[in-house]
Amino acid sequence: MSSSFGPPKKSAESYLTAGYSLKSWLVTEDHKRIAILYLISISVFFVVGGLFAVLIRLELLTPGADLLEADTYNKLFTMHGLVMIFFFLVPSIPAVLGNFLIPMMIGARDLAFPKINLLSWYIFAVGGLFTVVVALWGGVDTGWTFYTPYSSTYSNSAVTLMAVGVFITGFSSILTGLNFIVTIHKMRAPGLTWFRLPLFVWAHYATALIMLLGTPVIAITMLLLVLERGFGIGIFDPALGGDPVLFQHLFWFYSHPAVYIMILPAMGVISELITCFSRKRIFGYSFVAFSSLAIAILGFLVWGHHLFTSGQSIYAGMVFSVLTMLVAIPSAIKTFNWTATLYKGSVAFDTPMLYAFGFIGLFTIGGLTGLFLGTLGLDVHVHDTYFVVAHFHYIMVGGAIMGYLGGLHFWWPKMVGRLYPEGWAKLSALIIFIGFNLTFFPQFLVGYLGMPRRYHVYPDEFQVFHVLSTAGASILAVGYLLPVIYLVWSVFRGERAPANPWRAKGLEWETPSPPPTFNFDETPVVKEEAYNYSPREAEVV
Amino acid sequence: MILSTQLPLFPEAASTIAPEVDALYFFLIAVSSFFAILIFSLVFFFAIRYRRRSESERPRPIVGSLKLELLWTVIPLILSMVMFAWGAKVYYDIYTPPTDALNIYVVGKQWMWKLQHPEGVREINELHVPVGAKVRLTMTSEDVIHSFYIPAFRIKMDVLPGRYTTVWFEATRPGKYHLFCAEYCGTQHSNMIGSVYALEPDAYEDWLSGASAQALSMAEAGRQIFHQADCVTCHLSDDPLGPSLSGLYGSRVQLDSGETVVADQEYIRESILNPNAKIVAGYESVMPTYRGLLNEEEILQLIAYIRSINDISGTDGGSAATERMESDQ
Repeated sequence: MSSSFGPPKKSAESYLTAGYSLKSWLVTEDHKRIAILYLISISVFFVVGGLFAVLIRLELLTPGADLLEADTYNKLFTMHGLVMIFFFLVPSIPAVLGNFLIPMMIGARDLAFPKINLLSWYIFAVGGLFTVVVALWGGVDTGWTFYTPYSSTYSNSAVTLMAVGVFITGFSSILTGLNFIVTIHKMRAPGLTWFRLPLFVWAHYATALIMLLGTPVIAITMLLLVLERGFGIGIFDPALGGDPVLFQHLFWFYSHPAVYIMILPAMGVISELITCFSRKRIFGYSFVAFSSLAIAILGFLVWGHHLFTSGQSIYAGMVFSVLTMLVAIPSAIKTFNWTATLYKGSVAFDTPMLYAFGFIGLFTIGGLTGLFLGTLGLDVHVHDTYFVVAHFHYIMVGGAIMGYLGGLHFWWPKMVGRLYPEGWAKLSALIIFIGFNLTFFPQFLVGYLGMPRRYHVYPDEFQVFHVLSTAGASILAVGYLLPVIYLVWSVFRGERAPANPWRAKGLEWETPSPPPTFNFDETPVVKEEAYNYSPREAEVV
Repeated sequence: MILSTQLPLFPEAASTIAPEVDALYFFLIAVSSFFAILIFSLVFFFAIRYRRRSESERPRPIVGSLKLELLWTVIPLILSMVMFAWGAKVYYDIYTPPTDALNIYVVGKQWMWKLQHPEGVREINELHVPVGAKVRLTMTSEDVIHSFYIPAFRIKMDVLPGRYTTVWFEATRPGKYHLFCAEYCGTQHSNMIGSVYALEPDAYEDWLSGASAQALSMAEAGRQIFHQADCVTCHLSDDPLGPSLSGLYGSRVQLDSGETVVADQEYIRESILNPNAKIVAGYESVMPTYRGLLNEEEILQLIAYIRSINDISGTDGGSAATERMESDQ
């Protein structure tokens, strides 16, 4: 496949100038244009989800209820979670950067199924539309976790509509996963063996496996929820003869692996950034590559660690605890290998690298605090407290969003053909790092003190931590707004980017910026390892 | 009092399990800090030491090191297994109530906690317990899932509709402590809170005798229900219609399916609400359901009564029990 096409005729024309009409965007089959469609849509959702977070943090500034009604508050944290997870984090790196880069990184002219790729985006848009309708309808108040029987019997909010929205959106994820797997298997350029692939591709391969195998389970779960809520079929509500904990098992069977859908692609980005900005090949390539697969596989076996206090058998708890400990090991391997890659490197401090440093720091804290939650006797106390809230924000915001922003800056010149203003970018990376830690670190402390999550009002003695957190969140908001402004500005006014501004390795950098519609004039032939930054014999230490 | 105005950094530890959980916490903090500081310092040191000094730098490539990979696989693996084993031990202790514990019954509903002592004293959103006594909570919910959480005791257990869950604690220090609902349960979730008062044993006895002056004990209340709900018609003795319940609690029951089950509170609850689920060998499935006729609190009282008639007859053969119930006391 990869060598079967000749040089495209209009090779000089960039994908951005291939058509200016709205139609040329809405019926495009170009993976790069679809990536841009995703970029715009998830950015909108990110801003919306962020606004929900701002309202939540403002309400929590004081112990009492002064800004929002309890019901409104509950709907805000629910919608914040739903929007950020299903409509921002899950698609973020795969659907934007993965979509844009995987074909280019493997020397292909597009994904294996360009039309299905476009379909993915439309399905995502329809699912997103449901969310918008739900929000306008008054929102959902079940928490993004939809625990039964609250969601199936007791909640008076738009649960069914939202469940259908999540159900639909899942298919977008499944099709993207399928597309990636087939593309990576079948469309690699000649000479690009599995062990020459950029680690970004390995990480997306592992992610795609989870998308394909895990997402159907959330679809089934949402379907069962709708059957019970709409037709009174007793599956989860004990009053109807169901089992409420069954829902938790099904929900987390997808939703725990979904954490890895969010973090694995970010890990892939970090491997690209660390190597480029230290001009070194990755330390322990195969360990980093296989640790992605190990995380994807083990990630399917740990869902029960969300149920340690649910009345699940204590022996089941022990099995899930051991497996949870095991899934920490590949993450540790990656972190150590990234660190070792810096050793005797040539380390530059461009913005993407600042995000990579930020990722390592925050992901380390997020990962280590995950061990606290996997430790049974300790989890009993911190489960469903702000300790958990802090932990998953360190992973999903400190990890996944730092990775996303790092990657977005790194490949921005390639995507739009313009450079962003480096000074502003460094400043906002710094603001985000400081704001993030101020927002979420106090939540570990107040969590161990016993502050439960999803509390609209709380005892006075917890206030100081919430004040710190809200202060941090306002700094964080500034940090996130800046890139929105200067990146959009750079599309029109930024300095024109050369083909390879970072002098990075990888096939995507061998195309012009922005690339032509079919990426390569000729199918490239790969003759070297990934990250071959120095044309010298590599040594084994 | 824990509701201090100072900046709290660490929760009060007021149960026997709390210091164990805290010790585990400190162990994890120590291990995590070691690795976090190690990684941060290495990243910081390498980034500064090997910062790019000229654009023409071509660092020597390094493939990797099997020794190092093994090192940073095996050491975290061993440490995480220590965490697992230690955590599993504490977890087992938290969820394995001792047999000699004081039984207190908890019913959660949107949005309050209803508690009842065996002596019959009822409390709402408050729980009085004696210091130095083991207390076992048997909990259920009338509606959605709640979670019973006392941070100062480091215990938490989900409270589920349709079944019983249990947890136990032993308070070690007198005081007033927070009681939270930790599982999101709807609009007023954050108001489903209360206080636990740990009292010195003497003070607890005073409180209990004051509060229970007019109260019927749970078993006595259960006995009344046993009569009012006509349970007595078929279950007074080994009637042709239903087995005697004397000595039933905790015994092994032979079912007509061939299985045997232990007659615990879960079994008795199911037999009241869904009588046809498990039929005792030798009997017909003729009992009507009491779903909707008895609430969770009444079922708990019935169970307390059925349990109390064990103590009197002292037999252990539930299905084989042939003794007449001499008295319902």
